[in-house]
Amino acid sequence: MNGADAIAKCLIKEGVDTIFGYSGVAIDPFWNSVGKEKIRTVLVRTEQNAGHAASGYARTLGKTGVCAVTSGPGATNLLTGIATAYADSIPLVCITGQVNTDQIGSDVFQEVDVTGAAESFVKYSYLIRDVKDIPRIIHEAFFVASTGRKGPVLIDIPCDVQLQKIGDFEYPEEDPKMRTYKPTVKGNTVQIKKVIKVLENAKKPLIIAGGGVFLSNAKKDLRAFVEKHQIPVVSTMMGLGVLPTDHPMYYGMVGNNGNQYANRAMRECDTLLMVGARVADRAVAAPDMTFEGKILIHMDVDPAEIGKNVGPTIPIVGDIKHIFADFMEEDFKDKHETWVNMLDLYRDSMKEEHHSDPEFVNSCAFVRKLCHEMRDDAVYVADVGQNQLFSCRNIIMRDRNKFFTSGGMGTMGYSIPAAMGVKAAERDTQVIAVCGDGSFQMSMMELATINQYDFPVKIVVMRNEYLGLVREHQHYSYDDDYNMVFLGKDPDLSKIAQAYGIGYLRVENMGEADERIKEFLSDDTTVIMEVMVDPMENVSER
Amino acid sequence: MKKKVFQLLVDNTSGVLSRIAGLFARRGYNIDSITAGVTADPRFTRITIVTDGDDEILEQIEKQLGKLVDVRDIRVLEPDNSVYRELCMIKIEADAKSRQGIIALADVFRASVVDVAPDSLIAEITGSQSKINAFIDLLSDFRILEIARTGIAGLQRGTEGVIWLEEEDPRF
Repeated sequence: MNGADAIAKCLIKEGVDTIFGYSGVAIDPFWNSVGKEKIRTVLVRTEQNAGHAASGYARTLGKTGVCAVTSGPGATNLLTGIATAYADSIPLVCITGQVNTDQIGSDVFQEVDVTGAAESFVKYSYLIRDVKDIPRIIHEAFFVASTGRKGPVLIDIPCDVQLQKIGDFEYPEEDPKMRTYKPTVKGNTVQIKKVIKVLENAKKPLIIAGGGVFLSNAKKDLRAFVEKHQIPVVSTMMGLGVLPTDHPMYYGMVGNNGNQYANRAMRECDTLLMVGARVADRAVAAPDMTFEGKILIHMDVDPAEIGKNVGPTIPIVGDIKHIFADFMEEDFKDKHETWVNMLDLYRDSMKEEHHSDPEFVNSCAFVRKLCHEMRDDAVYVADVGQNQLFSCRNIIMRDRNKFFTSGGMGTMGYSIPAAMGVKAAERDTQVIAVCGDGSFQMSMMELATINQYDFPVKIVVMRNEYLGLVREHQHYSYDDDYNMVFLGKDPDLSKIAQAYGIGYLRVENMGEADERIKEFLSDDTTVIMEVMVDPMENVSER
Repeated sequence: MKKKVFQLLVDNTSGVLSRIAGLFARRGYNIDSITAGVTADPRFTRITIVTDGDDEILEQIEKQLGKLVDVRDIRVLEPDNSVYRELCMIKIEADAKSRQGIIALADVFRASVVDVAPDSLIAEITGSQSKINAFIDLLSDFRILEIARTGIAGLQRGTEGVIWLEEEDPRF
């Protein structure tokens, strides 16, 4: 048995069934060994998308995604995928081949210091120099990636270490004993009692739920608590779907791209329970001002997020699922009925109507129609740009729907490879990737992967021949002086579809939207639906 | 702006110093000085970092350092219950005439002369930063050619807070 065989066996022990990646000489021993195991390999068309596909896979199943690429350019191409996962705390184990140990540092062919390059956006990284360390390191890598605040872990393995003979192979059964890494799981009892007391006395309590709720698998627990005490909930972009859109206690998405009534709720509440959200700049533009005079309870598994952007009144460090379980043990009488009635009024009266040129498809209305027709278990993957903001402001989520996007990093081209990962995880789930003509062209090479492995994805391309969100920014900030945002002659997507042997539909105006959407979602095949939206449409109307 | 001395106990892994220095660089924290050396247990390294910032920054530094997987312990060395020392070597221009004056000054500060050349000498002084600064100030009558300072190393007084390192470790 050599090092690469050992890695493959370790991956089996960790329950890995799918690896996304790309080949190359420095990672060849690894693929050779993986090929002997019961692991499905998915050859993407560029390494960055191996990271995104693994991310979509991880988010669907709530387990760690795995990707592997070769040294040098393979590793640097993967960096954006790693950084994207890091920003959204998605657990990944990323394996990179490296040049032989004795050549490290001598600038040989396809050598790059990838652990150094990725240092600031991995949770941890390893360079394996001794074949005997393989079982321990793989074991630790999965543990670190999937516990505490989740995130990507990078393992760089020189080619000669992959080929070295390894004697006895033993995989540790228990969680690794790491002297220096012990994430907090249970919330502090004193703090929990304090929170309950504050909530009991709150006249206008509000929960802001973020992506941490999903990462902790606490959606059900949050909902049970909210329903028990009738506490209103708003979400961040990463928290979309914590409650169904039509849930009586759900009051929309906050942030500069969020719903007006959600932001109003955030401004007017007296007690804020921030759950698995990091008070990011897009959700809360001026935290000091927004939270002035309010009681802020900040609940996060990462102590460094608490107090980073705003000082909380009560911090609680721990896993959200555990903390809500503790909350449920406590009984209290809530007294904030008038507040709920007031928020209902806001929600009903501040319905946002978006006006656009009737010559084109209205993006907001389109998203709502699409959501209306999608299946109850569909995963909606939004890309980055206007398509993303129109999506999250108008999305209709039912209980089992999921919404994925690149929230923290804002990586264009995320949706199609991530959707592929969703399909790899759950073949029967309906997955819809919504992108713009910019982001589509950043990831359209994956149509080949989709075909090769039969991962049918429903692809919506909102076409406006502009990098719309930046154009909008230049409209407001540079007085319509547009630079580097015009995409010119878009390729004929019907011919692209034809070249890849997939379906194609086109929606020119709202009149035909219903029928086309029904047709688009009628089966489980890959279809590109090109939606002609107004090139001058803006997300925010000032 | 406040000055703070952090003491870290970290796993003696390759690249641990770069991970710590990199964290300061990318988050824009300032490093006044950093010293590192292996502890009595070769598995661990003790690092002393002097940094400054307002309260929020100093709190973030502590939390962000705590997040690093290699960091086993992090604490603030408060001046009233800790001892800090720095070593400083100063090369001073000195001919036969001025040599005696410098040596006399060094004696007052318990500094020792560790090298004498025909036209220069090297004085070595260990102590608190303020003592070293005072010594350098007094040498201003002479011509200082070179200075090398180590930055401070520090320990908390007494046995409270001492981490008893476990003997057994599956890795060794």
